[in-house]
Amino acid sequence: MSPKEPQEFDEVTEGTEDDATAIMPENTLPADPEQLEPEVIDVRKGMFGVHGSGDTSGYGGIVRPVAMPGGSPRPYGGWFDDVADALGGALSSAGITSGVEKVVVHRGEITFFIRRADLLETVRTLRNDPALRFEFCSGVSGVHYPSDEGRELHAVYHLLSMTHNRRIRLEVTCPDSDPHIPSVVAVYPTSDWHERETYDFFGIIFDGHPSLTRIQMPDDWPGHPQRKDYPLGGIPVEYKGATIPPPDQRRSYN
Amino acid sequence: MGLEEKLPSGVLLTTVENVAGYFRKASFWPATFGLACCAIEMMTTGAPKYDLGRFGMEVFRASPRQADLMIVAGRVSQKMAPVLRQIYDQMPDPKWVLAMGVCASSGGMFNNYAIVQGVDHVVPVDMYLPGCPPRPEMLIDAILKLHDQVQHAKLGVNRDAQVIENENDALTALPTSDMRGLLR
Amino acid sequence: MNSPQDPYAQSADTTTGKVFTVTGQDWDSIVQGVAEEAEERIVVNMGPQHPSTHGVLRLILELEGETVTEARCGIGYLHTGIEKNMEFRTWVQGVTFCTRMDYLSPFYNEATYTLGVERLLDIEDDIPEKATVMRVLLMELNRISSHLVAIATGGMEIGALTVMTIGFRERELVLDLFELITGLRMNHAFIRPGGVAQDMPPGALDEIRDFIALMKKRLPEYADLCNANPIFKARLVDVGQLDLAGCLALGISGPPLRSTGYPWDLRKTQPYCGYEDYDFEVVTWDTPDAYGRFRIRLAEMWESLKIVEQCADRLADLEGAPVMIADKKIAWPSQLALGSDGMGNSLDHIRHIMGESMEALIHHFKLVTEGFRVPAGQAYVPVESPRGELGAHVVSDGGTRPFRAHFRDPSFTNLQATSVMSEGGMVADVIVAIASIDPVMGGVDR
Repeated sequence: MSPKEPQEFDEVTEGTEDDATAIMPENTLPADPEQLEPEVIDVRKGMFGVHGSGDTSGYGGIVRPVAMPGGSPRPYGGWFDDVADALGGALSSAGITSGVEKVVVHRGEITFFIRRADLLETVRTLRNDPALRFEFCSGVSGVHYPSDEGRELHAVYHLLSMTHNRRIRLEVTCPDSDPHIPSVVAVYPTSDWHERETYDFFGIIFDGHPSLTRIQMPDDWPGHPQRKDYPLGGIPVEYKGATIPPPDQRRSYN
Repeated sequence: MGLEEKLPSGVLLTTVENVAGYFRKASFWPATFGLACCAIEMMTTGAPKYDLGRFGMEVFRASPRQADLMIVAGRVSQKMAPVLRQIYDQMPDPKWVLAMGVCASSGGMFNNYAIVQGVDHVVPVDMYLPGCPPRPEMLIDAILKLHDQVQHAKLGVNRDAQVIENENDALTALPTSDMRGLLR
Repeated sequence: MNSPQDPYAQSADTTTGKVFTVTGQDWDSIVQGVAEEAEERIVVNMGPQHPSTHGVLRLILELEGETVTEARCGIGYLHTGIEKNMEFRTWVQGVTFCTRMDYLSPFYNEATYTLGVERLLDIEDDIPEKATVMRVLLMELNRISSHLVAIATGGMEIGALTVMTIGFRERELVLDLFELITGLRMNHAFIRPGGVAQDMPPGALDEIRDFIALMKKRLPEYADLCNANPIFKARLVDVGQLDLAGCLALGISGPPLRSTGYPWDLRKTQPYCGYEDYDFEVVTWDTPDAYGRFRIRLAEMWESLKIVEQCADRLADLEGAPVMIADKKIAWPSQLALGSDGMGNSLDHIRHIMGESMEALIHHFKLVTEGFRVPAGQAYVPVESPRGELGAHVVSDGGTRPFRAHFRDPSFTNLQATSVMSEGGMVADVIVAIASIDPVMGGVDR
């Protein structure tokens, strides 16, 4: 058996003959389509992380917007369109008419922004639909954007379809004031520990998780250490009268 | 000159301290306390190429009850610190601790919320070994230096006197934070 | 044997039943005490400091006699906060941190992070060929050393100490090569965004060829010692079963997945670093148990050796080729050179920036203190590490430091299979099942 065609998994072969993997294997990613306006999530001033007075560096006037890649218009290129079409169709037949919030194609990777209410149905569709068949979840990664108001916490899922040899990314956001995202453990049992870790580090509460407890930190640890508003927690290093503050309190480029 | 000359051949004279020190250092049994990268180097040190068996130390004791040296090999997290202290308390006296690698010695490059900044916050350390991770040769060197320390350890009243002397030395020593000059 | 001097070896009645603390030679009281409560379930806590749990893993086993009815893992005893630390360092310095995650496969951590950063920088096509070949060479050598440790420690945990000693003996050969090429035995920080840190040292190719020749003699020793060894087989065969459906549901990758017969290897299915140009086979096995995983690791070392051989041939043709990207805005300005006090910046470079060119000094200063900026966005480029799919989710906000770097570590994910693999089996088989996953706690806890 040639390794390019992985062994069939269960009864998953319908609808795979004409998919795009033959002409567009995953490793030859399509070129980025034209991006829409980048999404500005923050504006940073100055250069060395100094706020208020005290910036004598002369660079206080520098203003730098922090802009993440914006949504992409169709066509996304290659098999991205097939996945988007199949997902859209399957979602609307499942009764989710609002569809995908936003699609970002950047550096040859496609990201679907999903409304958190639709997450569970979406991943179920992504796993079960023969044209999608994303049977492997690479886990959950939390990201904290403290200045992205109303969408501070992001949960990022990397899904892999071994049947079609495709990889996509799902992104779900929730506000800091209401940090709830539905758990996908029912669909991907592998997310169990990943969601516990994301809860531990970011405080995202995954509703429906069988036992959402801390996994890395001690059970009685206060706070969620990998959030941006949690300090690094280092101590100043002192030697022969010289003191070097921990990296998060040093002057640094922002 | 004195007693030595009157002894038959094959008899050595020494002090009780020296004999005790000699036997202690020659039957040093380390407890496994492998945590991270350094643990792999510690295992390598016990393996054929470096062969701690040359110093009678190749058998790493699984139970702290049978060990007198704890080699803390790796970064100690806040979650692991109580466990480490418990293991230390379970070891019978006399016992020694070797902080292997910068993480165990001072927190090293992981100056953050998760790592104890030096295992000497939790247990008394007899020997610090720098390196990230230290080479097996460095570990052997640290162990041999510790052997030397054990060999010359004092006993009884001498020990009490030495403890007081060390304490006084430590109290009058110039703190590092008050030292001036080049950072070296 | 509850002595008043020992506060740790006592028994106590709690709301959930009687609790015994085992610390050494106090088994009589335990056996006696447990016999009294024989009707009840027994929960045994193993670890986090236990010689057979492969690092600081804590196992909570519920037993009925010697049969495990429930197995749970406690992890986090080696949580180091590396991901958070990386957010406060430049992109290049990030390599120094992530190499210490899974300390048995440092090059894979570096590679997946570096590939992610390179994708964000959009310089994937500009990496010099020699750098890519060297990455492949180091990764495959690393696969050999990592599998050797997996087999060695796995053997040690079931009492086969000879396997351990010969495993570490061969690993030293690989580490000597690492030391020759990168200067360090472990934690190399050698694969950097844009290429690799230094060129191959003189004589390295000969050493590699000698190593290949020697390994071809030594590897059959493992097969002779273990493959048909009745004790080895009795401990390993049919232990830690996990079929394909279970693997996919639990996100298991690497040797456990391939032991089900499914040839999923990212080097073949989603090639990176030019793996499509190398001739090697994906090893599979038809019994998804600990024995199958052992045989896969053994066979994968042969395949890695094949790739190393091909890399050596290619490197012979690439004498003097660049190993760092030509873009001066990314490439580290100075080169390392051996000095009288060890490895350091080359004196030629220091003479150049201190005495000859102000612009070169400014450039060096800017790039080293500030670092380069990476365009905003996120990337995930997984690689096939010895334990499975290892990927770094790298997020940039357009700054000089990672906004977030999250590592999807195969040890972390694969360890979830502990309960599935060991429930219903014997206590002794739990150790074998975990050893067959080969989790590295540095990768699990990061």
